[in-house]
Amino acid sequence: MATTALTPVARRSAGQGRIVPVATMVLVIMVIWYGFTVYLNARWQFQVFDRAGEDWTLWQFVAGTFSQDRPVLPAPHQVIVELWNSTVMQDVTSRRSLFYHAWITLSATLLGFVMGTVLGIALAVLIIHNRAVDRSLMPWLIASQTIPILAIAPMVVVVLASIGLTGLVPKSLISTYLSFFPVVVGMVKGFRSPDALQMDLMRTYNASRGEVFAKLRWPSAIPYLFTSMKVGVAASLVGAIVGELPTGAAGGLGSRLLAGSYYGQTTQIWAALFMAAALSATLIFAIGAVEKRVLKRTGVQP
Amino acid sequence: MAATSVDTEAHGQGGTSVIAAHDLDLTFNTNDGPVHALSGIDLEIDRGEFVSFIGPSGCGKTTLLRVIADLEKPTAGSISINGMSPEAARKARAYGYVFQAPALYPWRTIGKNIALPLEVMGFDRAERQRRIRDNLALVDLAGFENKFPWQLSGGMQQRASIARALSFDPDMLLMDEPFGALDEIVRDHLNEQLLRLWAKTQKTVVFVTHSIPEAVFLSTRIVVMSPRPGRIHDIITCDLGPDRPLEIRETPAFLEIAHRVREGLRAGHSYD
Repeated sequence: MATTALTPVARRSAGQGRIVPVATMVLVIMVIWYGFTVYLNARWQFQVFDRAGEDWTLWQFVAGTFSQDRPVLPAPHQVIVELWNSTVMQDVTSRRSLFYHAWITLSATLLGFVMGTVLGIALAVLIIHNRAVDRSLMPWLIASQTIPILAIAPMVVVVLASIGLTGLVPKSLISTYLSFFPVVVGMVKGFRSPDALQMDLMRTYNASRGEVFAKLRWPSAIPYLFTSMKVGVAASLVGAIVGELPTGAAGGLGSRLLAGSYYGQTTQIWAALFMAAALSATLIFAIGAVEKRVLKRTGVQP
Repeated sequence: MAATSVDTEAHGQGGTSVIAAHDLDLTFNTNDGPVHALSGIDLEIDRGEFVSFIGPSGCGKTTLLRVIADLEKPTAGSISINGMSPEAARKARAYGYVFQAPALYPWRTIGKNIALPLEVMGFDRAERQRRIRDNLALVDLAGFENKFPWQLSGGMQQRASIARALSFDPDMLLMDEPFGALDEIVRDHLNEQLLRLWAKTQKTVVFVTHSIPEAVFLSTRIVVMSPRPGRIHDIITCDLGPDRPLEIRETPAFLEIAHRVREGLRAGHSYD
Protein backbone atom coordinates (compact mmCIF):
# COMPACT_ATOMS: atom_id res chain seq x y z
CA MET A 1 0.00 0.00 0.00
CA ALA A 2 2.61 2.44 1.11
CA THR A 3 4.85 1.75 -1.86
CA THR A 4 2.09 2.02 -4.47
CA ALA A 5 1.06 5.32 -2.95
CA LEU A 6 4.63 6.58 -2.88
CA THR A 7 5.84 5.57 -6.32
CA PRO A 8 3.95 8.11 -8.49
CA VAL A 9 4.91 10.93 -6.16
CA ALA A 10 8.56 9.90 -6.21
CA ARG A 11 8.48 9.64 -10.00
CA ARG A 12 6.92 13.06 -10.47
CA SER A 13 9.41 14.75 -8.18
CA ALA A 14 12.25 12.97 -10.00
CA GLY A 15 10.98 14.43 -13.28
CA GLN A 16 10.76 17.90 -11.79
CA GLY A 17 14.07 17.43 -10.06
CA ARG A 18 15.76 16.93 -13.40
CA ILE A 19 14.45 19.98 -15.21
CA VAL A 20 15.53 22.56 -12.64
CA PRO A 21 19.25 21.66 -12.44
CA VAL A 22 19.54 21.17 -16.20
CA ALA A 23 17.87 24.53 -16.87
CA THR A 24 20.09 26.18 -14.29
CA MET A 25 23.20 24.73 -15.91
CA VAL A 26 22.09 25.88 -19.37
CA LEU A 27 21.43 29.37 -18.01
CA VAL A 28 24.84 29.53 -16.31
CA ILE A 29 26.59 28.37 -19.49
CA MET A 30 24.69 30.98 -21.54
CA VAL A 31 25.67 33.80 -19.20
CA ILE A 32 29.33 32.76 -19.27
CA TRP A 33 29.21 32.32 -23.04
CA TYR A 34 27.70 35.76 -23.66
CA GLY A 35 30.27 37.23 -21.29
CA PHE A 36 33.12 35.71 -23.28
CA THR A 37 31.47 36.77 -26.53
CA VAL A 38 31.68 40.40 -25.42
CA TYR A 39 35.24 40.00 -24.13
CA LEU A 40 36.70 38.08 -27.09
CA ASN A 41 35.01 40.12 -29.82
CA ALA A 42 35.76 43.46 -28.14
CA ARG A 43 38.99 44.22 -29.97
CA TRP A 44 37.43 43.94 -33.42
CA GLN A 45 34.45 45.96 -32.25
CA PHE A 46 36.76 48.78 -31.09
CA GLN A 47 38.39 48.80 -34.53
CA VAL A 48 34.99 48.95 -36.21
CA PHE A 49 33.97 51.93 -34.11
CA ASP A 50 37.36 53.63 -34.59
CA ARG A 51 37.11 53.32 -38.35
CA ALA A 52 33.58 54.72 -38.31
CA GLY A 53 34.81 57.55 -36.10
CA GLU A 54 31.43 58.00 -34.45
CA ASP A 55 30.48 58.00 -30.79
CA TRP A 56 29.09 54.80 -29.42
CA THR A 57 27.26 53.76 -26.32
CA LEU A 58 27.90 50.70 -24.19
CA TRP A 59 24.72 49.12 -25.47
CA GLN A 60 25.79 49.63 -29.10
CA PHE A 61 29.13 48.08 -28.23
CA VAL A 62 27.63 44.97 -26.65
CA ALA A 63 25.12 44.61 -29.45
CA GLY A 64 28.00 44.90 -31.91
CA THR A 65 29.98 42.08 -30.32
CA PHE A 66 26.87 39.89 -30.59
CA SER A 67 26.38 40.42 -34.31
CA GLN A 68 29.77 40.33 -36.04
CA ASP A 69 30.09 38.47 -39.32
CA ARG A 70 33.28 36.66 -38.37
CA PRO A 71 33.43 36.81 -34.60
CA VAL A 72 36.22 35.20 -32.61
CA LEU A 73 33.44 33.62 -30.58
CA PRO A 74 29.93 33.72 -32.03
CA ALA A 75 27.10 34.42 -29.58
CA PRO A 76 24.77 31.46 -28.83
CA HIS A 77 21.90 33.03 -30.76
CA GLN A 78 24.14 33.42 -33.82
CA VAL A 79 24.96 29.70 -33.66
CA ILE A 80 21.28 28.87 -33.28
CA VAL A 81 20.37 31.06 -36.27
CA GLU A 82 23.15 29.45 -38.31
CA LEU A 83 21.92 25.98 -37.26
CA TRP A 84 18.36 26.94 -38.24
CA ASN A 85 19.45 28.37 -41.60
CA SER A 86 21.62 25.40 -42.47
CA THR A 87 19.12 22.73 -41.47
CA VAL A 88 15.46 23.68 -41.62
CA MET A 89 15.91 26.34 -44.31
CA GLN A 90 17.88 24.07 -46.63
CA ASP A 91 16.93 21.15 -48.83
CA VAL A 92 18.43 18.04 -47.17
CA THR A 93 20.21 17.07 -50.39
CA SER A 94 21.84 20.50 -50.68
CA ARG A 95 25.52 20.89 -49.91
CA ARG A 96 24.54 23.84 -47.75
CA SER A 97 22.48 21.60 -45.48
CA LEU A 98 24.05 20.45 -42.24
CA PHE A 99 21.77 17.42 -42.39
CA TYR A 100 23.41 16.46 -45.67
CA HIS A 101 26.86 16.68 -44.07
CA ALA A 102 25.69 15.00 -40.88
CA TRP A 103 24.38 12.08 -42.94
CA ILE A 104 27.74 11.65 -44.67
CA THR A 105 29.50 11.61 -41.31
CA LEU A 106 26.84 9.39 -39.77
CA SER A 107 27.13 6.75 -42.49
CA ALA A 108 30.90 6.57 -42.02
CA THR A 109 30.44 6.53 -38.24
CA LEU A 110 27.91 3.70 -38.31
CA LEU A 111 29.89 1.57 -40.74
CA GLY A 112 33.07 2.11 -38.71
CA PHE A 113 31.23 1.49 -35.46
CA VAL A 114 29.73 -1.80 -36.64
CA MET A 115 33.13 -2.96 -37.92
CA GLY A 116 34.82 -1.78 -34.71
CA THR A 117 32.29 -3.55 -32.50
CA VAL A 118 32.55 -6.80 -34.46
CA LEU A 119 36.35 -6.59 -34.48
CA GLY A 120 36.39 -5.76 -30.76
CA ILE A 121 34.17 -8.72 -29.86
CA ALA A 122 36.20 -11.05 -32.10
CA LEU A 123 39.47 -9.96 -30.49
CA ALA A 124 37.97 -10.32 -27.01
CA VAL A 125 36.85 -13.87 -27.84
CA LEU A 126 40.38 -14.71 -29.00
CA ILE A 127 41.93 -13.13 -25.94
CA ILE A 128 39.82 -15.01 -23.38
CA HIS A 129 40.22 -18.35 -25.10
CA ASN A 130 43.92 -18.23 -25.82
CA ARG A 131 46.59 -17.38 -23.28
CA ALA A 132 49.22 -16.68 -25.90
CA VAL A 133 46.96 -14.21 -27.68
CA ASP A 134 46.11 -12.61 -24.34
CA ARG A 135 49.77 -12.09 -23.52
CA SER A 136 50.92 -11.00 -26.98
CA LEU A 137 48.00 -8.99 -28.32
CA MET A 138 46.95 -6.82 -25.42
CA PRO A 139 50.12 -4.66 -25.25
CA TRP A 140 49.83 -3.97 -29.00
CA LEU A 141 46.20 -2.99 -28.64
CA ILE A 142 47.05 -0.56 -25.88
CA ALA A 143 49.98 0.81 -27.89
CA SER A 144 47.68 1.28 -30.89
CA GLN A 145 45.57 3.68 -28.87
CA THR A 146 48.50 5.86 -27.84
CA ILE A 147 49.13 6.91 -31.46
CA PRO A 148 47.52 10.31 -32.02
CA ILE A 149 44.67 9.76 -34.45
CA LEU A 150 45.31 13.14 -36.10
CA ALA A 151 48.75 11.92 -37.10
CA ILE A 152 47.67 8.61 -38.54
CA ALA A 153 44.38 9.62 -40.19
CA PRO A 154 45.87 11.49 -43.20
CA MET A 155 48.23 8.58 -43.83
CA VAL A 156 45.41 6.09 -43.79
CA VAL A 157 43.46 8.25 -46.22
CA VAL A 158 46.46 8.73 -48.54
CA VAL A 159 47.50 5.07 -48.49
CA LEU A 160 43.98 3.82 -49.13
CA ALA A 161 43.41 6.40 -51.88
CA SER A 162 46.53 5.10 -53.63
CA ILE A 163 44.97 1.63 -53.83
CA GLY A 164 41.71 3.10 -55.07
CA LEU A 165 39.75 3.26 -51.80
CA THR A 166 38.20 6.65 -51.27
CA GLY A 167 35.09 8.11 -49.72
CA LEU A 168 33.31 6.10 -47.06
CA VAL A 169 35.79 3.27 -46.45
CA PRO A 170 38.88 5.19 -45.26
CA LYS A 171 36.80 7.27 -42.86
CA SER A 172 35.06 4.15 -41.54
CA LEU A 173 38.41 2.46 -41.00
CA ILE A 174 39.56 5.36 -38.83
CA SER A 175 36.27 5.05 -36.91
CA THR A 176 36.89 1.33 -36.55
CA TYR A 177 40.40 2.01 -35.30
CA LEU A 178 39.06 4.24 -32.53
CA SER A 179 35.95 2.26 -31.61
CA PHE A 180 37.23 -1.32 -31.41
CA PHE A 181 39.39 -0.64 -28.38
CA PRO A 182 36.72 0.14 -25.75
CA VAL A 183 34.80 -2.89 -27.04
CA VAL A 184 37.82 -5.20 -26.64
CA VAL A 185 38.53 -3.99 -23.13
CA GLY A 186 34.88 -4.09 -22.07
CA MET A 187 34.15 -7.47 -23.60
CA VAL A 188 37.27 -9.15 -22.21
CA LYS A 189 36.09 -8.02 -18.81
CA GLY A 190 32.53 -9.07 -19.61
CA PHE A 191 33.47 -12.52 -20.90
CA ARG A 192 35.53 -13.04 -17.74
CA SER A 193 32.80 -11.79 -15.42
CA PRO A 194 31.12 -15.17 -14.69
CA ASP A 195 32.15 -16.24 -11.18
CA ALA A 196 33.79 -19.53 -10.24
CA LEU A 197 30.49 -21.16 -9.24
CA GLN A 198 28.84 -20.33 -12.55
CA MET A 199 31.84 -21.76 -14.40
CA ASP A 200 32.00 -24.90 -12.20
CA LEU A 201 28.31 -25.47 -12.86
CA MET A 202 28.93 -25.66 -16.60
CA ARG A 203 31.82 -28.02 -15.93
CA THR A 204 29.58 -30.38 -13.96
CA TYR A 205 27.35 -30.55 -17.06
CA ASN A 206 30.41 -31.36 -19.15
CA ALA A 207 29.58 -28.34 -21.32
CA SER A 208 31.85 -27.60 -24.27
CA ARG A 209 33.72 -24.30 -24.65
CA GLY A 210 31.16 -23.23 -27.21
CA GLU A 211 28.28 -23.93 -24.85
CA VAL A 212 30.03 -22.14 -21.98
CA PHE A 213 30.46 -19.19 -24.31
CA ALA A 214 26.92 -19.16 -25.66
CA LYS A 215 25.08 -19.89 -22.43
CA LEU A 216 27.28 -18.20 -19.85
CA ARG A 217 30.00 -15.86 -21.08
CA TRP A 218 27.99 -14.08 -23.77
CA PRO A 219 24.90 -13.32 -21.62
CA SER A 220 27.18 -12.22 -18.76
CA ALA A 221 28.97 -9.81 -21.08
CA ILE A 222 25.85 -8.09 -22.46
CA PRO A 223 25.80 -5.22 -19.92
CA TYR A 224 29.51 -4.65 -20.60
CA LEU A 225 28.84 -4.67 -24.34
CA PHE A 226 26.39 -1.78 -24.12
CA THR A 227 28.70 0.30 -21.94
CA SER A 228 31.56 -0.31 -24.39
CA MET A 229 29.34 0.49 -27.35
CA LYS A 230 28.39 3.87 -25.87
CA VAL A 231 32.05 4.79 -25.54
CA GLY A 232 32.80 3.24 -28.92
CA VAL A 233 30.14 5.10 -30.87
CA ALA A 234 31.33 8.47 -29.58
CA ALA A 235 34.91 7.54 -30.52
CA SER A 236 33.62 6.40 -33.90
CA LEU A 237 32.10 9.80 -34.60
CA VAL A 238 35.36 11.52 -33.68
CA GLY A 239 37.15 9.10 -36.01
CA ALA A 240 34.82 9.85 -38.90
CA ILE A 241 35.18 13.61 -38.43
CA VAL A 242 38.97 13.37 -38.20
CA GLY A 243 38.90 11.17 -41.29
CA GLU A 244 37.03 13.89 -43.15
CA LEU A 245 39.57 16.60 -42.40
CA PRO A 246 42.18 15.45 -44.96
CA THR A 247 39.57 14.62 -47.60
CA GLY A 248 38.39 18.21 -47.55
CA ALA A 249 35.86 18.75 -50.26
CA ALA A 250 34.14 15.37 -50.06
CA GLY A 251 31.59 16.60 -47.52
CA GLY A 252 30.73 15.67 -43.99
CA LEU A 253 30.88 17.54 -40.72
CA GLY A 254 34.68 17.32 -40.73
CA SER A 255 34.99 19.03 -44.09
CA ARG A 256 32.47 21.60 -42.88
CA LEU A 257 34.72 22.33 -39.89
CA LEU A 258 37.74 22.58 -42.15
CA ALA A 259 35.99 24.87 -44.64
CA GLY A 260 34.77 27.03 -41.78
CA SER A 261 38.28 27.50 -40.45
CA TYR A 262 39.69 28.21 -43.97
CA TYR A 263 37.27 31.03 -44.51
CA GLY A 264 37.07 32.28 -40.94
CA GLN A 265 33.43 31.23 -40.68
CA THR A 266 33.48 30.65 -36.95
CA THR A 267 29.70 30.52 -36.71
CA GLN A 268 29.69 27.71 -39.28
CA ILE A 269 32.32 25.82 -37.24
CA TRP A 270 30.28 26.12 -34.09
CA ALA A 271 27.13 25.04 -35.86
CA ALA A 272 28.93 21.97 -37.18
CA LEU A 273 30.30 21.25 -33.71
CA PHE A 274 26.82 21.40 -32.22
CA MET A 275 25.53 19.15 -34.96
CA ALA A 276 28.30 16.64 -34.17
CA ALA A 277 27.46 16.80 -30.46
CA ALA A 278 23.76 16.29 -31.19
CA LEU A 279 24.59 13.35 -33.45
CA SER A 280 26.77 11.77 -30.77
CA ALA A 281 24.12 12.30 -28.10
CA THR A 282 21.46 10.76 -30.36
CA LEU A 283 23.62 7.70 -31.07
CA ILE A 284 24.39 7.15 -27.37
CA PHE A 285 20.72 7.65 -26.52
CA ALA A 286 19.73 5.10 -29.18
CA ILE A 287 22.16 2.53 -27.76
CA GLY A 288 20.83 3.28 -24.29
CA ALA A 289 17.28 2.65 -25.50
CA VAL A 290 18.25 -0.70 -27.02
CA GLU A 291 20.15 -1.55 -23.83
CA LYS A 292 17.10 -0.85 -21.70
CA ARG A 293 14.93 -3.13 -23.82
CA VAL A 294 17.47 -5.95 -23.93
CA LEU A 295 18.22 -5.82 -20.21
CA LYS A 296 14.52 -5.77 -19.41
CA ARG A 297 13.99 -8.85 -21.52
CA THR A 298 16.88 -10.62 -19.79
CA GLY A 299 15.34 -9.96 -16.40
CA VAL A 300 17.90 -7.59 -14.97
CA GLN A 301 16.66 -6.31 -11.65
CA PRO A 302 15.19 -2.81 -12.10
CA MET B 1 48.84 -46.74 -5.13
CA ALA B 2 50.43 -43.66 -6.60
CA ALA B 3 48.12 -43.72 -9.63
CA THR B 4 45.83 -40.73 -9.74
CA SER B 5 42.15 -41.17 -10.24
CA VAL B 6 42.43 -44.41 -12.14
CA ASP B 7 39.84 -47.10 -11.72
CA THR B 8 42.34 -49.91 -11.40
CA GLU B 9 40.95 -50.79 -7.99
CA ALA B 10 38.07 -53.19 -7.77
CA HIS B 11 36.10 -50.79 -5.55
CA GLY B 12 32.55 -50.33 -6.59
CA GLN B 13 32.67 -52.61 -9.57
CA GLY B 14 29.80 -55.04 -9.47
CA GLY B 15 29.15 -54.14 -5.83
CA THR B 16 26.88 -51.52 -4.41
CA SER B 17 29.58 -48.87 -3.86
CA VAL B 18 29.02 -45.84 -6.00
CA ILE B 19 31.94 -43.93 -4.55
CA ALA B 20 35.15 -45.66 -3.55
CA ALA B 21 38.15 -43.61 -2.50
CA HIS B 22 41.39 -45.17 -1.39
CA ASP B 23 44.35 -43.42 0.19
CA LEU B 24 43.41 -40.15 -1.46
CA ASP B 25 45.81 -37.22 -1.18
CA LEU B 26 45.49 -33.68 -2.48
CA THR B 27 48.01 -30.89 -2.12
CA PHE B 28 47.34 -27.41 -3.47
CA ASN B 29 50.33 -25.40 -4.60
CA THR B 30 49.60 -21.87 -3.48
CA ASN B 31 51.76 -18.76 -3.44
CA ASP B 32 52.29 -19.35 0.28
CA GLY B 33 53.63 -22.83 -0.36
CA PRO B 34 51.88 -26.21 -0.59
CA VAL B 35 48.64 -26.74 1.34
CA HIS B 36 47.85 -30.31 2.29
CA ALA B 37 44.08 -30.31 1.77
CA LEU B 38 43.36 -34.04 1.87
CA SER B 39 45.40 -36.86 3.38
CA GLY B 40 44.85 -40.59 3.35
CA ILE B 41 41.12 -40.52 2.60
CA ASP B 42 39.54 -44.01 2.59
CA LEU B 43 35.82 -43.97 1.97
CA GLU B 44 33.15 -46.10 0.37
CA ILE B 45 29.63 -44.86 -0.20
CA ASP B 46 26.86 -47.25 -1.23
CA ARG B 47 23.98 -46.69 -3.56
CA GLY B 48 21.05 -44.88 -1.94
CA GLU B 49 23.02 -43.67 1.09
CA PHE B 50 22.83 -40.17 2.50
CA VAL B 51 26.35 -39.36 3.66
CA SER B 52 27.34 -36.08 5.30
CA PHE B 53 30.84 -34.67 5.56
CA ILE B 54 31.16 -32.57 8.67
CA GLY B 55 34.11 -30.70 10.07
CA PRO B 56 35.51 -27.25 10.82
CA SER B 57 36.44 -24.96 7.94
CA GLY B 58 39.68 -26.01 6.30
CA CYS B 59 39.13 -29.72 6.96
CA GLY B 60 38.80 -30.45 3.25
CA LYS B 61 35.15 -31.50 3.21
CA THR B 62 34.33 -29.29 0.25
CA THR B 63 37.57 -30.32 -1.45
CA LEU B 64 36.65 -33.99 -1.06
CA LEU B 65 33.25 -33.32 -2.61
CA ARG B 66 34.93 -31.46 -5.46
CA VAL B 67 37.28 -34.40 -6.03
CA ILE B 68 34.25 -36.70 -6.30
CA ALA B 69 32.78 -34.23 -8.80
CA ASP B 70 36.04 -34.01 -10.78
CA LEU B 71 36.29 -30.30 -10.04
CA GLU B 72 39.66 -31.01 -8.38
CA LYS B 73 42.23 -33.68 -9.23
CA PRO B 74 43.75 -35.73 -6.40
CA THR B 75 47.55 -35.73 -6.24
CA ALA B 76 47.72 -39.36 -5.11
CA GLY B 77 45.52 -42.33 -4.34
CA SER B 78 42.60 -43.69 -6.27
CA ILE B 79 38.95 -42.84 -6.51
CA SER B 80 36.22 -44.38 -8.59
CA ILE B 81 32.64 -43.27 -9.16
CA ASN B 82 30.27 -45.97 -10.42
CA GLY B 83 33.41 -47.93 -11.27
CA MET B 84 34.71 -45.13 -13.47
CA SER B 85 37.24 -42.35 -12.98
CA PRO B 86 35.65 -39.13 -11.68
CA GLU B 87 36.26 -37.53 -15.06
CA ALA B 88 34.45 -40.31 -16.91
CA ALA B 89 31.66 -40.12 -14.34
CA ARG B 90 31.37 -36.37 -14.81
CA LYS B 91 31.26 -36.79 -18.56
CA ALA B 92 28.61 -39.49 -18.10
CA ARG B 93 26.68 -36.90 -16.06
CA ALA B 94 26.56 -39.15 -13.04
CA TYR B 95 25.81 -36.40 -10.53
CA GLY B 96 23.99 -33.16 -9.95
CA TYR B 97 25.91 -30.58 -7.93
CA VAL B 98 24.34 -28.05 -5.58
CA PHE B 99 26.66 -25.24 -4.55
CA GLN B 100 26.75 -23.08 -1.43
CA ALA B 101 25.10 -20.29 -3.41
CA PRO B 102 22.19 -21.01 -5.75
CA ALA B 103 24.33 -19.86 -8.73
CA LEU B 104 21.21 -19.34 -10.82
CA TYR B 105 21.91 -17.40 -14.00
CA PRO B 106 20.22 -14.04 -13.41
CA TRP B 107 19.27 -13.51 -17.06
CA ARG B 108 17.31 -16.76 -17.16
CA THR B 109 13.91 -17.37 -15.63
CA ILE B 110 13.62 -20.14 -13.02
CA GLY B 111 12.25 -22.46 -15.70
CA LYS B 112 15.08 -21.60 -18.09
CA ASN B 113 17.63 -22.11 -15.32
CA ILE B 114 16.33 -25.61 -14.76
CA ALA B 115 16.44 -26.15 -18.51
CA LEU B 116 20.13 -25.13 -18.64
CA PRO B 117 21.63 -28.62 -18.04
CA LEU B 118 18.91 -30.09 -20.24
CA GLU B 119 19.89 -27.76 -23.10
CA VAL B 120 23.56 -28.64 -22.68
CA MET B 121 22.74 -32.33 -22.62
CA GLY B 122 20.54 -32.13 -25.69
CA PHE B 123 17.06 -32.89 -24.37
CA ASP B 124 14.35 -31.87 -26.82
CA ARG B 125 11.95 -29.03 -26.14
CA ALA B 126 8.94 -31.08 -25.06
CA GLU B 127 11.06 -33.17 -22.70
CA ARG B 128 12.62 -30.00 -21.24
CA GLN B 129 9.17 -28.56 -20.57
CA ARG B 130 8.05 -31.76 -18.90
CA ARG B 131 11.12 -31.92 -16.67
CA ILE B 132 10.91 -28.25 -15.71
CA ARG B 133 7.33 -28.80 -14.59
CA ASP B 134 8.06 -32.06 -12.74
CA ASN B 135 11.14 -30.82 -10.93
CA LEU B 136 9.60 -27.52 -9.92
CA ALA B 137 6.71 -29.47 -8.43
CA LEU B 138 9.23 -31.73 -6.67
CA VAL B 139 10.76 -28.76 -4.81
CA ASP B 140 7.39 -27.02 -4.26
CA LEU B 141 8.03 -24.24 -6.74
CA ALA B 142 5.22 -24.96 -9.18
CA GLY B 143 4.06 -21.71 -10.77
CA PHE B 144 7.40 -19.93 -10.42
CA GLU B 145 8.65 -21.03 -13.82
CA ASN B 146 8.54 -17.57 -15.39
CA LYS B 147 9.93 -15.62 -12.44
CA PHE B 148 13.48 -14.33 -12.49
CA PRO B 149 15.82 -15.43 -9.69
CA TRP B 150 15.88 -12.04 -7.96
CA GLN B 151 12.12 -12.26 -7.52
CA LEU B 152 12.54 -15.32 -5.26
CA SER B 153 13.73 -15.57 -1.66
CA GLY B 154 17.08 -17.17 -0.86
CA GLY B 155 15.45 -20.43 0.23
CA MET B 156 13.36 -20.60 -2.93
CA GLN B 157 16.43 -19.90 -5.05
CA GLN B 158 18.30 -22.75 -3.39
CA ARG B 159 15.32 -25.06 -3.99
CA ALA B 160 15.35 -24.02 -7.64
CA SER B 161 19.04 -24.93 -7.78
CA ILE B 162 18.21 -28.36 -6.33
CA ALA B 163 15.52 -28.78 -9.00
CA ARG B 164 18.16 -27.84 -11.58
CA ALA B 165 20.57 -30.47 -10.21
CA LEU B 166 17.81 -33.12 -10.32
CA SER B 167 16.42 -32.16 -13.73
CA PHE B 168 18.62 -34.53 -15.72
CA ASP B 169 17.97 -37.36 -13.26
CA PRO B 170 21.54 -38.11 -12.13
CA ASP B 171 22.26 -41.08 -9.84
CA MET B 172 23.94 -38.88 -7.29
CA LEU B 173 23.31 -35.53 -5.68
CA LEU B 174 26.41 -33.74 -4.40
CA MET B 175 25.53 -30.87 -2.08
CA ASP B 176 28.06 -28.39 -0.74
CA GLU B 177 26.59 -26.61 2.31
CA PRO B 178 23.46 -25.85 0.29
CA PHE B 179 21.59 -24.32 3.22
CA GLY B 180 24.55 -22.65 4.91
CA ALA B 181 23.49 -19.14 3.97
CA LEU B 182 19.86 -19.52 5.05
CA ASP B 183 18.25 -18.75 8.37
CA GLU B 184 17.45 -21.57 10.77
CA ILE B 185 13.69 -21.71 10.16
CA VAL B 186 14.05 -21.91 6.38
CA ARG B 187 16.83 -24.41 6.88
CA ASP B 188 14.69 -26.73 9.03
CA HIS B 189 11.97 -26.60 6.43
CA LEU B 190 14.37 -27.37 3.57
CA ASN B 191 15.96 -30.21 5.55
CA GLU B 192 12.55 -31.83 5.90
CA GLN B 193 11.88 -31.33 2.22
CA LEU B 194 15.25 -32.75 1.31
CA LEU B 195 14.60 -35.91 3.33
CA ARG B 196 11.29 -36.40 1.57
CA LEU B 197 12.95 -35.78 -1.77
CA TRP B 198 15.64 -38.32 -0.98
CA ALA B 199 13.04 -40.93 0.03
CA LYS B 200 11.10 -40.27 -3.16
CA THR B 201 14.03 -40.27 -5.60
CA GLN B 202 16.22 -42.95 -3.95
CA LYS B 203 19.34 -41.06 -5.00
CA THR B 204 22.73 -41.27 -3.37
CA VAL B 205 23.33 -37.97 -1.59
CA VAL B 206 26.69 -36.64 -0.45
CA PHE B 207 26.16 -33.60 1.72
CA VAL B 208 28.70 -31.17 3.13
CA THR B 209 27.75 -29.24 6.24
CA HIS B 210 29.18 -27.68 9.37
CA SER B 211 25.98 -28.08 11.33
CA ILE B 212 25.81 -31.09 13.65
CA PRO B 213 21.97 -31.22 13.93
CA GLU B 214 21.65 -30.94 10.17
CA ALA B 215 24.10 -33.79 9.60
CA VAL B 216 22.44 -36.08 12.18
CA PHE B 217 18.94 -35.23 11.01
CA LEU B 218 19.64 -35.99 7.34
CA SER B 219 22.28 -38.68 7.14
CA THR B 220 22.56 -42.44 7.14
CA ARG B 221 26.28 -42.00 7.82
CA ILE B 222 28.32 -39.04 9.01
CA VAL B 223 31.95 -38.60 8.04
CA VAL B 224 33.69 -36.50 10.68
CA MET B 225 36.73 -34.72 9.27
CA SER B 226 39.56 -32.83 10.89
CA PRO B 227 41.85 -30.14 9.49
CA ARG B 228 45.55 -29.65 8.67
CA PRO B 229 45.85 -31.93 6.83
CA GLY B 230 42.23 -32.71 5.95
CA ARG B 231 41.51 -36.31 6.95
CA ILE B 232 38.70 -38.55 8.07
CA HIS B 233 38.57 -38.70 11.85
CA ASP B 234 35.56 -40.95 12.30
CA ILE B 235 32.63 -42.39 10.39
CA ILE B 236 29.43 -42.55 12.42
CA THR B 237 26.42 -44.59 11.41
CA CYS B 238 23.23 -42.70 11.93
CA ASP B 239 20.45 -45.30 12.07
CA LEU B 240 17.44 -43.19 12.92
CA GLY B 241 15.31 -44.89 10.30
CA PRO B 242 13.73 -43.41 7.22
CA ASP B 243 10.89 -41.55 8.95
CA ARG B 244 12.33 -38.45 10.62
CA PRO B 245 10.04 -35.67 11.78
CA LEU B 246 11.77 -32.49 13.02
CA GLU B 247 10.88 -33.50 16.59
CA ILE B 248 13.28 -36.42 16.34
CA ARG B 249 15.97 -33.92 17.23
CA GLU B 250 14.86 -34.01 20.87
CA THR B 251 14.98 -37.81 21.17
CA PRO B 252 17.77 -39.50 23.14
CA ALA B 253 18.88 -41.53 20.10
CA PHE B 254 19.38 -38.32 18.10
CA LEU B 255 21.20 -36.54 20.91
CA GLU B 256 23.40 -39.57 21.44
CA ILE B 257 24.59 -39.48 17.83
CA ALA B 258 24.96 -35.70 17.92
CA HIS B 259 27.09 -36.09 21.02
CA ARG B 260 29.35 -38.59 19.27
CA VAL B 261 29.75 -36.27 16.31
CA ARG B 262 30.60 -33.39 18.63
CA GLU B 263 33.15 -35.50 20.49
CA GLY B 264 34.69 -36.52 17.17
CA LEU B 265 34.92 -32.92 16.03
CA ARG B 266 36.47 -31.85 19.31
CA ALA B 267 39.04 -34.67 19.30
CA GLY B 268 40.02 -34.01 15.70
CA HIS B 269 40.33 -30.30 16.16
CA SER B 270 43.66 -28.99 17.32
CA TYR B 271 43.31 -25.64 19.04
CA ASP B 272 46.75 -24.30 18.37
